[in-house]
Amino acid sequence: MLSKEYHVVRGPEGYLPPAAASMGVVLPDKGSALVEGCVVQTDAAMELIADKILSAKNPVFFPGPLVLWAWKDGIAEKAKAIKEMAEAAEAKLIPMPDYRPKYPMINPAIEINPNHPNLTIWHNKIDVCVFIGVHCHYANVALKMIRGGTECYTIALCAEAGHEDAMISLRDVRLEDLQKMTQIIKRRKGEGK
Amino acid sequence: MIKSMFQISPGFEDIMPAEYLELIENGPFEKRVGVSDLGAFKELLEEHPLCAGCGLALSLRLILASLPNPEDTIIIGSTGCSALAFPQVALHNIHSLFGNQNAVASGVKRALNLRFPDKIKDVVVIAGDGATADIGLDMVLHSWFRQEKITTIMLDNEAYANTGGQESGMSPKGTVLNMAPKGKTFSKVSIPELAREAGCAYVASVNPAQPKKLEKAIVRGILAARELGPTYIQVFSPCPTNYKFKPNETISKVRLREKEGTYETKEFLSTEARELFARLEEEKK
Repeated sequence: MLSKEYHVVRGPEGYLPPAAASMGVVLPDKGSALVEGCVVQTDAAMELIADKILSAKNPVFFPGPLVLWAWKDGIAEKAKAIKEMAEAAEAKLIPMPDYRPKYPMINPAIEINPNHPNLTIWHNKIDVCVFIGVHCHYANVALKMIRGGTECYTIALCAEAGHEDAMISLRDVRLEDLQKMTQIIKRRKGEGK
Repeated sequence: MIKSMFQISPGFEDIMPAEYLELIENGPFEKRVGVSDLGAFKELLEEHPLCAGCGLALSLRLILASLPNPEDTIIIGSTGCSALAFPQVALHNIHSLFGNQNAVASGVKRALNLRFPDKIKDVVVIAGDGATADIGLDMVLHSWFRQEKITTIMLDNEAYANTGGQESGMSPKGTVLNMAPKGKTFSKVSIPELAREAGCAYVASVNPAQPKKLEKAIVRGILAARELGPTYIQVFSPCPTNYKFKPNETISKVRLREKEGTYETKEFLSTEARELFARLEEEKK
């Protein structure tokens, strides 16, 4: 099936939704992004991300281990930029500190676990979420589960090649891209979006 | 791993769950803690879904508190009751297919040696009696024959405990369980003797009723595996659910079996292991 025939859209899609890649959705080339399964220019996707976050009732950022832990140089700066972005968007931050399947012993009010991300989405009534700093395979698993079982809109700010299973996915996100995203959010907010 | 890597990015401290903050502030990493310090530091396992009075849960807590180098320890587990607790353990751990744990551990150890040739990385298998003595016995024995530098710890609850209660090779002769109504017809397999004959440098059989002895065996098993070759530690971990005794009787059951002589505490050291421990003791002074 071609990507134009399958759109990665807000769920709930039902138990065991297909991996978007298996439905023909391909990752974008450098300089491009994915919006609901279609390849678009990165700048257009960033504007759309700002709109989605600003128009949400309860947008939440899910920072993952790659940014929560200061494990190498440059991470602290990224973390600061993510926090600034969340503040600009007036969005909450709920961490994904690691990937242990701690079922059923997580507190969904304060953390998210990739093995049952729906618990946190449901508990907090999150309508738009932003994944950032989550290793690829766990992000894909969690994004698919969210699409399958919730009506949350998913966004992935990925430092690698992007995520087909997110409704909007940027790729190659660096510090300057995070700062640019924050500026877009501030501008769109000023425009009353 | 060094503790400086185990730091929360500035600005995210206020959103991290308390257990992670406690692990950083008061965890066992880069400290020389042991079972005597339990209660005074944040344990690697606090919550778990195992049954009340589970001997295995108690043993696992003691084992984790005994690890000499937790920040650089990788645990390889297998299917069984312990697999239900591992998701809660705040250490790198890998769940292997049932019985494959020693083959997976061999690969992990070799890969770590290539990737980090100058660092100590302890690879410790922790699996049940079914995974070690029955389904995975070939993988276990061949890892010993190959002299892989890994520590194998068996949590011996003498049954397949989370599948209704079938007999395992480690169940004593005559044992009647829910799924073994006629009673087991052959004797408990003597894995410590097999380990010794297969070339393990250090072999011990311990139990959670004697935490200091258990700790000593774990430390010795890991230190010997680093330098000499495979080591094996068997930890008696009785199962109140399948052996039908009260949860608060676990320790007394252990003591009774030891008194009866049906589950002895023992230790075997190869000549090389004896020399190694003597040298390490000397260096401590």
